[in-house]
Amino acid sequence: MIGIVGYGSYLPRYRIKSETIAKQWGMDSGAIKRGLMLYEKTVPAQDEDTITISVEAAKNALARAQIDPQKIGAVYIGSESHPYAVKPSATVLIDALGIGPHVHVASYEFACKAGTEAMYVAYSLVKAGEVEYALGIGADTSQGAPGDALEYSASAGGAAFIMGKEKVIAEILFTHSFTSDTPDFWRREHEYYPRHAGRFTGEPAYFKHITNAAKSLLEKSRMIPKDFQHAVFHMPNGKFPQEVGKKLGFSKEQMEVGWISPWMGNTYSGSSPTGLAAILDVAKPGDKIFMVSFGSGAGSDGFIFSVTDEIKYVQNLAPKLRDYLDDNKIYLDYGQYAKFRKKIIVNE
Amino acid sequence: MISPKYHREIPQRYRLEAGKCKQCGTISFPPRLICPKCKSKNFETVQLSREGKILTFTIIRVGPDKFSKETPYVVAIIELNDGARLTAQVTDCDVNKVEIGTKVKLVFRKIQDEGKWGLHCYGYKAILI
Repeated sequence: MIGIVGYGSYLPRYRIKSETIAKQWGMDSGAIKRGLMLYEKTVPAQDEDTITISVEAAKNALARAQIDPQKIGAVYIGSESHPYAVKPSATVLIDALGIGPHVHVASYEFACKAGTEAMYVAYSLVKAGEVEYALGIGADTSQGAPGDALEYSASAGGAAFIMGKEKVIAEILFTHSFTSDTPDFWRREHEYYPRHAGRFTGEPAYFKHITNAAKSLLEKSRMIPKDFQHAVFHMPNGKFPQEVGKKLGFSKEQMEVGWISPWMGNTYSGSSPTGLAAILDVAKPGDKIFMVSFGSGAGSDGFIFSVTDEIKYVQNLAPKLRDYLDDNKIYLDYGQYAKFRKKIIVNE
Repeated sequence: MISPKYHREIPQRYRLEAGKCKQCGTISFPPRLICPKCKSKNFETVQLSREGKILTFTIIRVGPDKFSKETPYVVAIIELNDGARLTAQVTDCDVNKVEIGTKVKLVFRKIQDEGKWGLHCYGYKAILI
């Protein structure tokens, strides 16, 4: 049996409400809430970035896995906000957590699906017998240009998953990926904010890729939506995952636990992984979980998980996603937010 | 360029590795070559507890250049549950709510940037629990 042996999530404490952003730009916050179903989002502290978020999430994953960090043979972090252009984020993480130095590390980038790429490669290496344990992380402190629609969604957070063969808490039964050259969203080298193709990011990008990955995954597994207790899809806003899930035949109840974007925003590479972490926090032995990510550019990774009896022994060993999402929030005004996100030009 | 010094301090800043005297049990953080209590040179490496309490603190309202955008912020002397003491910034808090005796947990955060071109330097900071 191969799958997740430990998982952990992390979200920053800071928040900004959609109406605070809308007020700044003279927009109607009601339209954002109704149209995109986004109420507030997480904001990283000035001393947080993809590396610190990954470390805290992975610390929680290690607490649940209860393994010697030295046994982890590969660490991959997926993000589109790696702090360094040249120097893998995981080099810092392994030294912070006592992993390695006999370890393979890499940074992945694929818009919002870099996290599931990291998970897929970590899983594949364990399956191939190359390493005993592998750690895959999705984390971001995503960028949204001032005044752009992305400013209401681009948030911060992440989740980490240790893959292994012993004491598996969620077996990976099937995977499937669907990728094409679809230019719906990109960021050129040295550019600070990404660009997107507006509504083109919907039907030809998000919906096409998730639907194709999901349908292939269902065919491959010979399962139907009713076989699953939980489903989670990439959450660029609150609306899209509900729409794509409904089109595929999943109910609101199946998507409820993992649907956290209205209060978290889009944590990009951490989006569907944090949704999965929220599901694992409450999952019961025997539950089947359906997950499909989406990354602009564009592609989707799909996973089917089967929760084992081991889950009940690890759920309370580290903070849960809802602990981070619901407790100890600190709300920012737009000026504080602009300072935190370095949107203000200052003299060095 | 702070790279070599930063690299040397990684075991302490990232993993809270301290030296525990094998003769008298005194914990030194950062590690020392000679035990300040019994003068032994025989140490083992131990990892400090990540939880403790604030012994005393100050609020920095005019910070040095690298920290000037973070003011006001708290710098505290913290006693960890295993008795070791260290100095750390207290982050994610209302500075007016920090008190002596407040329980804290150490988390992994960015301490400073070496300008726009240099290293991001990471280490421990405290959050209130």
